[in-house]
Amino acid sequence: MDAPSATERRGDDGPAPVIATRGLTKRYRGGQLAVDGLDLTVPAGSVFGFLGPNGSGKTTTIRMLMGLIAPTSGTARVLGRPMPRATRAVLPQVGALIEGPALYGFLSGRDNLLRYDAADPTADPRTRRARVAAALDRVGLTAAAGKKARAYSLGMKQRLGLAAALLQPRRLLVLDEPTNGLDPQGMREIRSLVRELASDGTTVFLSSHLLDEIEQVCTHAAVMTRGRLVTQGSVADLAAGARGRLVVLTPDPGDAARVLKEQGVGDVGADGDRVTGEPPERDLAEVTAALVTAGVRVRGLTVERASLEDAFVALTGEGFDVAG
Amino acid sequence: MSRAEAPPAPAGRRPRALWTFGLLRSELVTTLRRWRTLALLGVLAAVPVLVGIAVKVETRGGSSSGPDGGGGPAFIAQITNNGLFLVFTALAATLPFFLPMAVGVVAGDAIAGEAGGGTLRYLLVAPAGRTRLLLTKYTTVMAFCLLATLVVAVSALAVGALLFPLGDLTTISGTRIGFADGLGRALLIALVVAASLVGVAALGLFVSTLTNSGIAAMATTVGLLITVQILDQIPQLHALRPYLFPHYWLSFADLMRDPVYWDDLVKNLGLQALYAAVFGSAAWARFTAKDISA
Repeated sequence: MDAPSATERRGDDGPAPVIATRGLTKRYRGGQLAVDGLDLTVPAGSVFGFLGPNGSGKTTTIRMLMGLIAPTSGTARVLGRPMPRATRAVLPQVGALIEGPALYGFLSGRDNLLRYDAADPTADPRTRRARVAAALDRVGLTAAAGKKARAYSLGMKQRLGLAAALLQPRRLLVLDEPTNGLDPQGMREIRSLVRELASDGTTVFLSSHLLDEIEQVCTHAAVMTRGRLVTQGSVADLAAGARGRLVVLTPDPGDAARVLKEQGVGDVGADGDRVTGEPPERDLAEVTAALVTAGVRVRGLTVERASLEDAFVALTGEGFDVAG
Repeated sequence: MSRAEAPPAPAGRRPRALWTFGLLRSELVTTLRRWRTLALLGVLAAVPVLVGIAVKVETRGGSSSGPDGGGGPAFIAQITNNGLFLVFTALAATLPFFLPMAVGVVAGDAIAGEAGGGTLRYLLVAPAGRTRLLLTKYTTVMAFCLLATLVVAVSALAVGALLFPLGDLTTISGTRIGFADGLGRALLIALVVAASLVGVAALGLFVSTLTNSGIAAMATTVGLLITVQILDQIPQLHALRPYLFPHYWLSFADLMRDPVYWDDLVKNLGLQALYAAVFGSAAWARFTAKDISA
């Protein structure tokens, strides 16, 4: 088994990254620069969120990683091997869902999977039916397996696409917008599936434009806008990069704001009974004591944790739905 | 465990020689399960039925149409004497257009249809391998050439046996050969007709690698087929005509001579091989270097 030893080997330097790109660049024939000098590192065993607005170059990057399009310059290594040269050795160990599912409408769900499995020359035909049945079961499609794929809803197609990625035990799963078209229950199921796979040691590379989705399942994240990588790192570090806000709830906002400024709190602002500011370096207990000593009536005092969205806005200075 | 200690090179499952043919099997089955394929084969099977009934109706009342009974496809005048000639007539009637059109549709759709449906990217990340996928597609199209021809031949043989007498037959050279020998020649002719379609198949496959729309590739291939057929009829282009893929198509009739006249047959097969090599290489060069963005 690869998985346990992979975790054991995660020492100080960690094992070799599952995905590593250096200066990866793609310029389309029209001259449009889709991906610009990307240096991406996806550590082994991580659930890696790949964030960016629509049109920021995520899918082009994924297509280069999967050997579907050739980079204009730069290199990409997946599972330690150069892409697209080593597709035959690398891709059997990679499950992928790229830009939504694509199915043969005139074949049943089961027959679609049988066909995709037959396309892999390393897949054992003797275990094919059993593996297809297991994959269908894993995404909850067993009951609909005999139905023609053209009769599937978008959510069912998405599940079938996921099942195709799970036909074999994989070392890397690349999931491009896996929860598109799913209802909230389906999204929850996908999230728990991703966690389950990650706990088995599979590295999951998850692209999304939904921040809370990334925040809920990912250990690491990278943010792209307009073809460039803005930042990458662990989700905790990214969120920490954007500092939280100190929030004081009080019926005396004027006095509270004055005391907070005296206590070294920057960027103080009041909005009704809510006074906010940048959290100070000193112990919050002392801030609380100072407020109370000054006669400010305090209903509540918290530090609101920064979300990934705050981090994103801080990094890019723009909202999330802006296409690059 | 020891595998994980190995250098970064992934030591995954290895491809097996026999397993790589799983894709070909899947491709053949998938092609045959498309309604479009079945409809094309249905049309091809209907042609001999129509020809057979037409000849039967025409000759009812005992007056067999004379040897100089007007135009029509080759061998049509002989059908009333021997049902086996319906096989030759049906192949001569379908080879100029119906057969190559059916092949053009299947070949044009081969790669472009997968690209248009998005399934191409999933086949390639499976990973099917670009060369392997292209070879599989070409093999499947050639299998379809053979199947389509056999459908015409078998349908013609069945209709011929049903409507007309069978027996010894007269060759174009005037000699008589036994029915078994005639059946053998019919099979040989069917194989030669199928081989005559190899050039269109390669052309269609190349066109198929140029676009992401199956319909566009099919239309282009069939359009090229019609254009080349017309060019082949223009006497002023006589210098060019021997290099047009349909030029020697009807040479299969020479197999009904005794002894067989091989010259044009060999030229036909050589020309088909040339087209297969040129357009096969072009398709390979294009497909293996293409950005798959659909």
